Amino acid sequence: MSRPLDDVAGRGPGVLGPRPTRRRAREEGARGALIAFASTVLFFGLAVWAILSSPAWPKVQQQFFNPENFAEVFPDVLRGFWLDVRMFLIAEVIILAFSLMVAMIRALRGPAFLPLRILAVGYIDLIRGVPTLLLILILGFGVPALQLRGVPNSPIFWGLAALIISYSAYTAEVYRAGIESVHESQRMSARSLGLTQVQALRFVMVPQAIRNVIPALLNGFVSLQKDVALVYVLGVREGVREAQIYTAKTFNYTSYVVAAVLFLAVSVPVARFTDWYTERDRRRKQAVSV
Amino acid sequence: MTPKLEISGVRKAFDDKVVLEDIDLSVDQHDAVCLIGSSGSGKSTLLKCVNLLVPIDAGRIVFGGEEITGRDVNANDVRKSMGIVFQAFNLFPHMRVIDNITLAPRKVHGVSKEEATERAMSLLGRFDLADKAREYPDRLSGGQQQRVAIVRALAIDPEVMLFDEVTSALDPELIAEVLNVIRELKSEGMTMLIATHEMGFAKDVADRVCFLDAGVILEQGPPEQILGDPQQPRTRQFLQRIVEAGRM
Repeated sequence: MSRPLDDVAGRGPGVLGPRPTRRRAREEGARGALIAFASTVLFFGLAVWAILSSPAWPKVQQQFFNPENFAEVFPDVLRGFWLDVRMFLIAEVIILAFSLMVAMIRALRGPAFLPLRILAVGYIDLIRGVPTLLLILILGFGVPALQLRGVPNSPIFWGLAALIISYSAYTAEVYRAGIESVHESQRMSARSLGLTQVQALRFVMVPQAIRNVIPALLNGFVSLQKDVALVYVLGVREGVREAQIYTAKTFNYTSYVVAAVLFLAVSVPVARFTDWYTERDRRRKQAVSV
Repeated sequence: MTPKLEISGVRKAFDDKVVLEDIDLSVDQHDAVCLIGSSGSGKSTLLKCVNLLVPIDAGRIVFGGEEITGRDVNANDVRKSMGIVFQAFNLFPHMRVIDNITLAPRKVHGVSKEEATERAMSLLGRFDLADKAREYPDRLSGGQQQRVAIVRALAIDPEVMLFDEVTSALDPELIAEVLNVIRELKSEGMTMLIATHEMGFAKDVADRVCFLDAGVILEQGPPEQILGDPQQPRTRQFLQRIVEAGRM
């Protein structure tokens, strides 16, 4: 019964002939790469050819991929996009810190911490149940309308506040999953050394938890990096807003493509990095457990 | 002389499963008491009760003349002078050996980093681990990890040490190095409560041996008596099986 297995492994002794030499393995590897390359080129070549030769293509190109419009709108959208990037960076730093605090509060045990736990759980449940866009509208239009003294009126401020509040609830759950993934015996042995609950979390649980959830956190980065554009509903002239203004003037959608390209230029590398990191982490864990 | 550790009438149940029933046990200063008995007999739970990791349902535990099971006792204060070592080592995998050891002295006892490091290095040196100080735990053998765990517990200068089957997770060839550390502590007069399956070791090191069965102390006394001439049929049966397994 070993025949099929040997076949799959490609180096079974006996039945199917001699075990391949290293040279043969290398030749096979080279052949595999060649096939992969050829099939990829062929597949995407055909796809591009099909699109470009379709009767609708000139119209599509005119509307979405017009080089003149592209050149004209690029500086404006880029300037707006730069605002997106800055908003993202500010929000992300605050989210990472604030949500960690929420997750730690949620992880505290004992009756004395019940009110804090209720607060943390209530916050997470409530905010996760409300669309981010709605939160942006409520805070971004609602709070400035109150005209309270000493309270900022800037739509950027309130848009970011809404994003931070919304994303922190999700990120707190990511951290919580990480804390729960650390074995209970770690908490126990930290406590047995006399560390307080908070010290055990801070020095023992959280550092291990963060390592476990870095891929999930990076995923959140990608998501937020795009969602900052939602503040455009408050009239903030970020990338998408700039693109929309141009479209409204010219009835040409190339500006949207410009915005999409800019977002992709940031999010694709982050996504690739996340994959690479997750894979490396997985291999390391396997190496340790062997 | 009042005992260093006195456990009286301790009862513990998880839901409706009784794990410890009416436990009376005392450990005098500089004595080593070994807890023996099959898995699930309550040895581990008893040690965790003493370390206040598991709250007891009834009875009291007095440590150094003070009751530690009262309502307003701060468990963190009690643990400042008590060390416990677990079966599964439980080192912190994200910290180097030296940081594992200096964490509690620095954060709980307020010792400066330099002083804590110096003391940790001298302890590591004593147990032949000085060259492992900068390693991460997963680079160490099981025996080395467990010795580091013992050093970590010793680093706070405890008045009593609790050992919870510290060799049960080790390869046979690594057991001796860990037991020798405990023997050395005994020779220095450390007060110890030790749950173990190693009967030969219990015979050497224990001043008293305590046989637990189904959450009850069936008999206790000097090691020669309990291991050599047990009175209870259940104890005899247990020891018989240990002998059959070739572990005594």
